[in-house]
Amino acid sequence: MRKISYKRIIEEVSKMVVDTAYYLPKGVQRYIRKSYRIETGLSKKYLGIILENLKVSEKEKLPICQDTGLSVFFVEQGCDVIIDTGKYKNLEEIINEGLKRGSKKGFLRNSVVSPLERKNTGTNTPGVVHILSGKKGMFKISLLTKGFGAENTSRLAMLNPSAGKVGIEEFILKTIKEAGSLPCPPVFVGVGIGGTFEKAAILSKMALCKIGEKSVNRNWEKLILKKINSQLKIGPGGFGGRTTALDVRIETFPTHIAGLPVAVNISCWAHRFGTITL
Amino acid sequence: MKKIEFPLENDKQISRLKAGDEVEIYGTIYVARDAAHKKMIEAVLKKSPLPFPVRGGLIYYMGPTPAPPGKVLGSCGPTTSSRMDKNTIPLLKAGLKATMGKGDRSKDIEDACRKYGAIYLLTYGGCGAYLNRFVKKAECFAYCELGPEALYRLEVDGFPAIVGIDSNGKNLYNK
Repeated sequence: MRKISYKRIIEEVSKMVVDTAYYLPKGVQRYIRKSYRIETGLSKKYLGIILENLKVSEKEKLPICQDTGLSVFFVEQGCDVIIDTGKYKNLEEIINEGLKRGSKKGFLRNSVVSPLERKNTGTNTPGVVHILSGKKGMFKISLLTKGFGAENTSRLAMLNPSAGKVGIEEFILKTIKEAGSLPCPPVFVGVGIGGTFEKAAILSKMALCKIGEKSVNRNWEKLILKKINSQLKIGPGGFGGRTTALDVRIETFPTHIAGLPVAVNISCWAHRFGTITL
Repeated sequence: MKKIEFPLENDKQISRLKAGDEVEIYGTIYVARDAAHKKMIEAVLKKSPLPFPVRGGLIYYMGPTPAPPGKVLGSCGPTTSSRMDKNTIPLLKAGLKATMGKGDRSKDIEDACRKYGAIYLLTYGGCGAYLNRFVKKAECFAYCELGPEALYRLEVDGFPAIVGIDSNGKNLYNK
């Protein structure tokens, strides 16, 4: 049995919230630099400004993008790890307290509103918190800062099982084609296949958290990436070119005999994510 | 690199521009996004005065991060313009000459740019930290209760953009 204090979680989440807004993971930067090397014209110019923007952001402590996103947290908690919640109701409240403090400290934008009245909550909270069961002894929080230019272009389809791999590829390509210049390409593509309606969507978001990690579907991911970039030619900023997508990541889960849910979650080039393990 | 100063003194400054031209923006521009557009369109429909002179002006679709100490504004890159498509045409009709944001827009906006002699400018998506250096002054002057969606007045000095749709309705994205 291991006990983790709410104080430590708030502190670490707050720090991760700030860091994620200012520093793009090195792995993501590598994808952008590679794209910069092969593009030409206006697309190359845009990528050059993106790289300059990353330097300015780090140096001058300004968020990479003014859309500091809706924060999505994935918590993996071993069943032998307990949280000392103090005055807080539950883990979700503790994480949101960290988000609130980090957003204020890092001068992030308050981008969260009530859905119908559109009233700003004024704290950049709540984030979306998914709590999953993790390995014994584990307590890990991953954060994905999701800008809505890209989130708005994401799609979900309940395909016919007979659609198979071909149907899935068609749906991915159609989604990225329709998104066009809107999600700040070059994009990262998270694909969730299987489960139920909501499971596919969550898988697609988890896939985005695993960009650049080992994947059992790597060959298929590479093939889809190649198809996106050779067929669509949307390019950086939508200005045309060879990199419409920087990478594709697929996560799967068993599904019902009658269905084939597929979710395509698009992330902008400013793919901001972080992880803390306590 | 062509320079344009807002508000425009005469329309020739933009009628010579072609889709794909790179420009630098100087002068005073206005910032508005989703919620502020809704309020402005309500004002136009009620024939009430708008909170700023739209004639010859530029609206930048943006919602900044708060200004940290020592800065006039935080990160200030463009948002997706197409969400404002429906609420743009009444403003162009009222004399607005330019809009700026990111991403492609509808055919209706191409037609309206041609009809009203206006342009749509693109600036660099996700590059809000970089773009901060071109903003010399920033002030929230109306709808301030909307927070990041309020109306801001910016003084800009060489703010970089690309002509997305020119005043002939030609769209860079339709090449």
